[in-house]
Amino acid sequence: MELEIDIRKTLRSGKRSFHLDVRLRSSGQRIVIYGPSGSGKSLTLKAVAGLMRPDSGRIRLGGTTLFDSRAGIDLAPQARKVAYLFQDYALFPHLTVRQNIGFGLTGGWLNPRENLCHEAVDYWLGAFHLEHLAHQFPAELSGGQRQRTALARALVAHPRALLLDEPFAALDPALRVRMRAELDELQRRLEVPMVLITHDEDDVAAFGEHVHCLRDGQIADPGMDCSEALLHDAAD
Amino acid sequence: MDMAWSALGLSLKVAGWATALNLVLGVGVGLLLARVRFPGRDLLDTLLTLPMVMPPTVLGYYLLVVLGRRGWLGSWLQESFGINLIFTWQGAVIAATIVAFPLVFKPARAAFEAVDGQLEQAARVLGVAEIGVFFRVTLPLAWRGILAGVLLAFARALGEFGATLMIAGSIPGKTQTLSVAVYEAVQAGQDEVANTLVLITSAVCIAVLMTAGRLAPGRIANR
Repeated sequence: MELEIDIRKTLRSGKRSFHLDVRLRSSGQRIVIYGPSGSGKSLTLKAVAGLMRPDSGRIRLGGTTLFDSRAGIDLAPQARKVAYLFQDYALFPHLTVRQNIGFGLTGGWLNPRENLCHEAVDYWLGAFHLEHLAHQFPAELSGGQRQRTALARALVAHPRALLLDEPFAALDPALRVRMRAELDELQRRLEVPMVLITHDEDDVAAFGEHVHCLRDGQIADPGMDCSEALLHDAAD
Repeated sequence: MDMAWSALGLSLKVAGWATALNLVLGVGVGLLLARVRFPGRDLLDTLLTLPMVMPPTVLGYYLLVVLGRRGWLGSWLQESFGINLIFTWQGAVIAATIVAFPLVFKPARAAFEAVDGQLEQAARVLGVAEIGVFFRVTLPLAWRGILAGVLLAFARALGEFGATLMIAGSIPGKTQTLSVAVYEAVQAGQDEVANTLVLITSAVCIAVLMTAGRLAPGRIANR
């Protein structure tokens, strides 16, 4: 999958300001954007999903222009057909696991019913071993179960790409290793292209086919070694 | 005794209408103030909160000035539609609506502001249209806070006295609500009637407050 990002955005808060100026072009099934917190990687991923509007530039994903300020193109998040896994999963607290997974399959004004019957929902409940939790609410789940529910919810509608925001940061170390292996296996099986942002070197080692380093809102030179680009952060 | 029940019926009708109007207006204004940044937002919030702190008689006087026969709105309504609101139960509805309005829009604004914006973003990415995001995510998560405010507003509208008396007067069976009837009964020395009215009013208010207490955020696990 071809991903092309060329965007600029200035954020101001009081007297401080942050300039995001990201240019990257990547093709591959697993793209990793690696950078310390505050480097602008979440903003970049949000821009791809349509949750943050850049000041200028363009974003293309798999041949589709998602955003182009010059051509006046800015697809709504609903029209981009990407899946987004939030860092703390953003599961709907008022809906059960089954309703959460089926959320995107039902249009209109009403949430899916609690006994929603849908082949795809049943499939994902099974694939992630969540059947016995189908009627639980997110608050009653463990960290790993929450992540599986969020992944199932993201994948159920066959997205064009899976965007992952620090997917393992909210898990404890042992679980992190297991969920990383699960995602690795899942991605190979589904062949869904993914863009993962992280500040964890282990994620880079596991998924880093195409790694881009982000620092202070800018992508480091492609030729430059990532660890070198991020060397300053080790001192933090 | 008949007069007590008709006063209760009228009070419930007025409070019911005022609450229904406030549900729509209060949720709308609460959402506007929570989500849209515009110049004068704080000033608007302050002005809309005024009915909570102003003496109801002052409010009633304002309403008379605006809605009376010589008021700009009142004369226009009279000339264009032949509508007169003074000394009618509809006038009492307007008085009760305005007095109780801050009790709805304030908690509604707070409830909308407390909804995690990330959940709405998650719904958008999942392909759900904006109207669906509101009815499926925002409103269910804010609902408890809104409902508690709505019940308080109902209780407040039920007890409205000052502004109602000024704009709707005290016509038995037509505009004489419970709280006005209590006043009239005491003035006329009808202690027995007053006792009945007071007990009815207290019972209704206690029932409403208990319901509101059950619905207050945090009492039941956030589901």
